[in-house]
Amino acid sequence: MKDTIENKNVVYDVEGLNLWYGDNQALKEINMKIYENEVTAIIGPSGCGKSTFIKTLNRMIENIPVVKTSGKIMYHEKNIFDKSVRVEHLRTTVGMVFQKPNPFPKSIFENVVYGPRIHGIKDKKLLAEIAENSLKSAALWDEVKDRLHDNAYSLSGGQQQRLCIARCLAVQPDVILMDEPTSALDPIATAKIEELIDRLKEDYTICIVTHSMQQAGRISDKTAFFLMGELVEFGTTEQIFSNPNDQRTEDYITGRFG
Amino acid sequence: MEKALLEPMPLEKKKRIEIDHGRIKKRVLINKISGYIFSLSTVFALLVLVILLYRIVVQSIGWLDFEFLTGMLSIFPEKAGIYGAIVGSVGLIMVVVPVTLILGVATAIYLEEYGTKGKIQDFIKINISNLASVPSVIFGLLGLAVFSRFLNLGSSILAGGLTLSLLVLPIIVVASQEAIRAVPGFLKEASYGMGANKWTTIRKVVLPVALPGILTGSILAMSRALGETAPLVVLGIPTLILRVPENLMSDFTALPIQIYYWTLDTVLTKEYANLAAATIVVLLVVLFALNSVAIIIRNKFQRKF
Repeated sequence: MKDTIENKNVVYDVEGLNLWYGDNQALKEINMKIYENEVTAIIGPSGCGKSTFIKTLNRMIENIPVVKTSGKIMYHEKNIFDKSVRVEHLRTTVGMVFQKPNPFPKSIFENVVYGPRIHGIKDKKLLAEIAENSLKSAALWDEVKDRLHDNAYSLSGGQQQRLCIARCLAVQPDVILMDEPTSALDPIATAKIEELIDRLKEDYTICIVTHSMQQAGRISDKTAFFLMGELVEFGTTEQIFSNPNDQRTEDYITGRFG
Repeated sequence: MEKALLEPMPLEKKKRIEIDHGRIKKRVLINKISGYIFSLSTVFALLVLVILLYRIVVQSIGWLDFEFLTGMLSIFPEKAGIYGAIVGSVGLIMVVVPVTLILGVATAIYLEEYGTKGKIQDFIKINISNLASVPSVIFGLLGLAVFSRFLNLGSSILAGGLTLSLLVLPIIVVASQEAIRAVPGFLKEASYGMGANKWTTIRKVVLPVALPGILTGSILAMSRALGETAPLVVLGIPTLILRVPENLMSDFTALPIQIYYWTLDTVLTKEYANLAAATIVVLLVVLFALNSVAIIIRNKFQRKF
């Protein structure tokens, strides 16, 4: 679907999304669009629902049994809550990188080819090719090419997170969801990941939850500000940071609370 | 508020506490005495064990040799060997290992991963834990009723093995449940996030990580099964079997049973005590080896993340 105002393809169109944890409403009437080949940042104070929101985009949130949702999330014009949508299929086209690097306790190589393997690829040459390409795309190849069969836990935290990004890329998704991917990393490792995100957006659509407003300002094209389960403001990053429409957004980005 | 915090405490509130030096002396003394009591308890337990081991080893000297291990049972103590009992015990384990591993791990996977959490699940879990503490004779009676009589397996290796399986199943289920529960959620999330379904995630992520824990629990359960006597006695394993069991349907005798009967018959033939002692040494060595393997596995695969 083409958005005429933005002149860009819409990947996600969220319409009236509500989400409850039991009786506790965590997301209230969210309406927003995520555009192709852009980085959309989601900011807001702790507990505002930003992680909940991003985990709803690939339905990971449903692993928590008490969660109920209403509304629609159109992904390429198909509602992901539709009964015909298989979460397994959705999650191969929408990959996810988590807050804490979470490689499997296997070798670097086995980590990267985990996804292709579970989706039925057995050809060793093809798997090796996928591993190399994914690691190159995640800017990790040069650091690990000589020790692909070492345990993933021998890598540093920043390398582990890039390995997780490579593992995500190996499934060849269209969208990458990142849930505070740099919150456990030092500034240098963070800079590397940010650089990587900037390159990845040429081929992928990225939605990133971040605690750091500076990070949102540096890497994103669009920014959404969440507060207590509501989407307060959504617009281009430039507009949100320089000329917010809502007083609450201004208070937050100028550091008056949060 | 801030001001209140900065204000110094009024001096007159400070009071010297009268220290009773006699009390301190008394407490130091009590501390010393308790230390002695605790170390004495430990020494006592160790002493009992050492005396027991010493007596058994001394009694077995001269009786435990290669011929004893490879010889057939006999009513003449000089000729008697435990080859048949060893084969019987190995046969039991060959039944117990597959039955308990498959049933136990599958049950644990169901309870931890598939079953919906709720009252029924809690009820099942509590009962499995309860089963682990049911006296083994009760399992023997169950085996007698179900396997020996109802399924007509008699006192075969299969009947004995299935009975022992029931006995150790709760141990394996609980150990596997703990191992599976200890697999960090973030690893499962990573797998689900790539479009893996539950079974793939269990097979490729959960089980490999939980395997050392499951193995450790299973080996300990096996050593329990190897040493159990009561359920087999209830099943009516024959006193004296002169033939080596040939298949799972054969009548058999096992190491603990042999120890039991020889000890019972010591009143008739004095040398049976030496035979029992020699068999105990064999069983102890096997159990010690099994438990060591369990400890080695546990240490080798200690969590790396």
